[in-house]
Amino acid sequence: MMSADLATLAPEIVIALYAMAALVFAVYTRKDALAGSLLWVTAAVFVAVAVYLGFGRDTTTEAFGGLVVDDSFARFAKVIILLSAAAVLVMGQGYLAGRGLLRFEYPALIALAVVGMMVMVSAKNLMTLYMGLELQSLSLYVVASMRRDSLRSTEAGMKYFVLGALSSGLLLYGSSLVYGFAGTTQFDGIIAAAQGQAPLGLLFGLVFVASGLAFKVSAVPFHMWTPDVYEGSPAPVTAFFATAPKVAAVALFARVMHDAFGGIVGDWQQIVALLSLLSMFWGAIAAIGQTNIKRLLAYSSIAHMGFALMGLASGTEFGVSAMLIYMAIYVTMNVGTFAFVMLLERDGQLVTDISALHMYAMQAPGKALAVLALFFSLAGVPPFLGFFGKLYVLRAAYDGGLAWLAIAGVIASVIGAYYYLRIVYFMYFGKEQDDPIPSGGTLVNQGLVTGCGIAMLGGVLVLYYVEIPALAAAISLVQ
Amino acid sequence: MANLLSIVTFLPALAALILAVLLRGDDAAANRNAKWLALFATSATFLISLVILVQFDPNDTGFQMVEARPWMLGLQYKLGVDGISVLFVMLTTFIMPLAIAASWTVETRVKEYMIAFLILETLILGVFMSLDLVLFYVFFEAGLIPMFLIIGIWGGANRIYASFKFFLYTFLGSVLMLVAMVAMIADAQTSDIEVMLTHPFSYAGFDLLGIHIVGGAQTLMFLAFFASFAVKMPMWPVHTWLPDAHVQAPTAGSVVLAAILLKLGGYGFLRFSLPMFPIGSEVIGPLVLWLSAIAIVYTSLVALVQDDMKKLIAYSSVAHMGYVTMGIFSVNQQGLDGAIFQMLSHGFISAALFLCVGVIYDRMHTRDIDAYGGLVNRMPAYALIFLLFTMANVGLPGTSGFIGEFLTLVGIFQVNTWVAVIATSGVILSAAYALWLYRRVVMGDLIKESLRTISDMTLRERAIFAPLVVMTLLLGVYPALILDVIGPSVEALLGHVNMALDAAGHGTGDVRLAADH
Repeated sequence: MMSADLATLAPEIVIALYAMAALVFAVYTRKDALAGSLLWVTAAVFVAVAVYLGFGRDTTTEAFGGLVVDDSFARFAKVIILLSAAAVLVMGQGYLAGRGLLRFEYPALIALAVVGMMVMVSAKNLMTLYMGLELQSLSLYVVASMRRDSLRSTEAGMKYFVLGALSSGLLLYGSSLVYGFAGTTQFDGIIAAAQGQAPLGLLFGLVFVASGLAFKVSAVPFHMWTPDVYEGSPAPVTAFFATAPKVAAVALFARVMHDAFGGIVGDWQQIVALLSLLSMFWGAIAAIGQTNIKRLLAYSSIAHMGFALMGLASGTEFGVSAMLIYMAIYVTMNVGTFAFVMLLERDGQLVTDISALHMYAMQAPGKALAVLALFFSLAGVPPFLGFFGKLYVLRAAYDGGLAWLAIAGVIASVIGAYYYLRIVYFMYFGKEQDDPIPSGGTLVNQGLVTGCGIAMLGGVLVLYYVEIPALAAAISLVQ
Repeated sequence: MANLLSIVTFLPALAALILAVLLRGDDAAANRNAKWLALFATSATFLISLVILVQFDPNDTGFQMVEARPWMLGLQYKLGVDGISVLFVMLTTFIMPLAIAASWTVETRVKEYMIAFLILETLILGVFMSLDLVLFYVFFEAGLIPMFLIIGIWGGANRIYASFKFFLYTFLGSVLMLVAMVAMIADAQTSDIEVMLTHPFSYAGFDLLGIHIVGGAQTLMFLAFFASFAVKMPMWPVHTWLPDAHVQAPTAGSVVLAAILLKLGGYGFLRFSLPMFPIGSEVIGPLVLWLSAIAIVYTSLVALVQDDMKKLIAYSSVAHMGYVTMGIFSVNQQGLDGAIFQMLSHGFISAALFLCVGVIYDRMHTRDIDAYGGLVNRMPAYALIFLLFTMANVGLPGTSGFIGEFLTLVGIFQVNTWVAVIATSGVILSAAYALWLYRRVVMGDLIKESLRTISDMTLRERAIFAPLVVMTLLLGVYPALILDVIGPSVEALLGHVNMALDAAGHGTGDVRLAADH
């Protein structure tokens, strides 16, 4: 019995053991000198586990008396988390090495954060959920302030910690209410207690749990930490924040809403729809005034979370699959975009002011074209992949009876299009500048920018192969 | 050739890819190669598209040369042409080589320029051939990207403002259509346009936010599509992006914009609004007719006071598009025939007029009407060609402009006499602004010092105008060339619309009342 439980959790255990072994090994050998190779090994482990999860399993198994579950929903989310974490790890190497930030703890902490995320999406119990969430958060607090001598970076870590702790508090408080009124922390028990008409205390619990989760996905009005943390953290860490943890948080959100509160869809649907609406609009409007590309992307990610939540708000099976597809596309876009952000260097300094992008197309036509595809995709303009993500969630919202949310969403996307267009305008027909950004950067980042740019167009042809597992994942979640 | 339509559609994109990947360097030789490759690709596309025209059977009112493959989300990659779309395909492939040839004097970022135009051609052809709702939307919206770059990179002084206005205006119009499309797909359980054309969308009236919606879902969907097509058209009062975009776009950009892109809205009305939401059209149609009448008179008056040549022609385009919407929503054979004819004829005439402006702009680098005068003294050939197209723009019998305007007026007269009377006054106003423009630019004595050395058109410029002259005169004296092709399809479309209206109670009384029961 025990061995079957352990086998179910094998991927998490492998990565956790690997992280600890790597930490110990590096401490007793050459420490930071090893960090570069450690980083690549970690990425390789991620990819190997992702391949195993993607192709090696196809059943739903629960472990440890229903504390965790391994179903196709969890696997779909884990594969995205692992692959994006691997991509972000390797793309940050050049940047970190160039600034003396490449410490051996970095890959190990990321690995631990990934374990936390994997536990999150597999959680079938409020306690497991919280453990996964805290493992992830604690690792991320540390990497956010990794640049110890920089005021901004430590401030980012501090802010992230304080607000993260607050959100954990909300979540815990909500969980205790849910436990009090449902009599169990098991999702199966909660869903049995909350059918049709839920007790008022349980609804209070639901609201607090949802608020706590909204913090993690940085949905408006719980988004305030996002721009500051994005701006202050070192660029590779920002890239990480924008990808894997977002997927984990959104997947966790869907897991809790459907698995624990699947009996009272009508109650949480309103909350999620409101979060979605506010995120889409505030993400689009607040980004207009930003001049720092990291802050701009922070607001962009807030708006995108709004769209992902639109899929969830529909409360249907198709809605969950639309949300998963949206997240897969979102992650691909952001990997490409952040790989590009790290290319913007002048004299070894990262250039974050978007006005530096003026006439970038003359410096690097190929990369500019890839970024053009990425930004139009982020704006949701066809024929790029981002449009199809929006199409899925719009369809889900309409089918779920939220036509008003769909209409609001497309209007927000027009507002948002403005600031994406502005970047394209800078790159292609901005002002000539005396001191243009040199075309350079590491090979990995150039490859990722180009690859993601091509994926924006080519992905349209293969999206079908994402659609099938996403639908299977949704079916396994929504019963 | 089983996939003829795909070949025609993607041939320009293939050429663009070759340009992007294989052509290196930024010297004169590379620029020349880019121009020749683009010209070659667009000409080849035109020649191959002639096969479509030859194979096309006008008496078959269904879709022809259809190709279909499954895609994700239950969508399809499906292309096909019918009597309504085939001539728009031809117009596109016909105008593109001329637009490329007219860009021979472009010197900055030539490679990117040609890539943008080639991609644009693929996207426009895709719009006219798509038989899947979402595929249509993809092509329809994607065209904004190359156009945004064309206006922004190669445009005039105020290009940044114009490019943003163009993009955001048209994008806002289209996203509402996207939501309506999602609703339609959910209702019809398919995104196949061929099936949707006969799918009866619900028209039972209901209350929304306390307002009674006559015609129900059909009216709302019609309005959503209207938001998109009216902006593209462009119709008064959402036309304001057009003059800005035109003035700032390079000559070839203006040509493509006026000759082809403006037709997307009209095509959309014919392909979607009218056949799919006949009740919605019946409810909103009268409003569209009045908007068209206002557009014709108002924009003609605005055209009168312009001092920028391109802006004047842009406003005249808006007025001419007013005849198109008027013809479409008069919903009878003459009106629809006239609307399609007017669109095709305007494609040739407006292209030629913008090229006329381009000819003198290339020499003097100003579009200010006051900067010219007496050009006939040094440019007799130019004066002749400009005169011909000015007359065609006015709608002089013998030119294609007359047929389109006359047919739409005949169509509207049977439906709404007041609108017909107001619209007819637009014919006089168009004569006023067009002839006055011609007088100020071409006639009189050559007194301006700067014009003393201006030279007449080169052989290349004459060669570009030749096919346009031929088409304008040919269609003016023998309109059956077009009417025979579109006639049966238009008749089938009308038959379908009238059947739907009869079913909704049109025959027994006011459809608006009947729709509520």
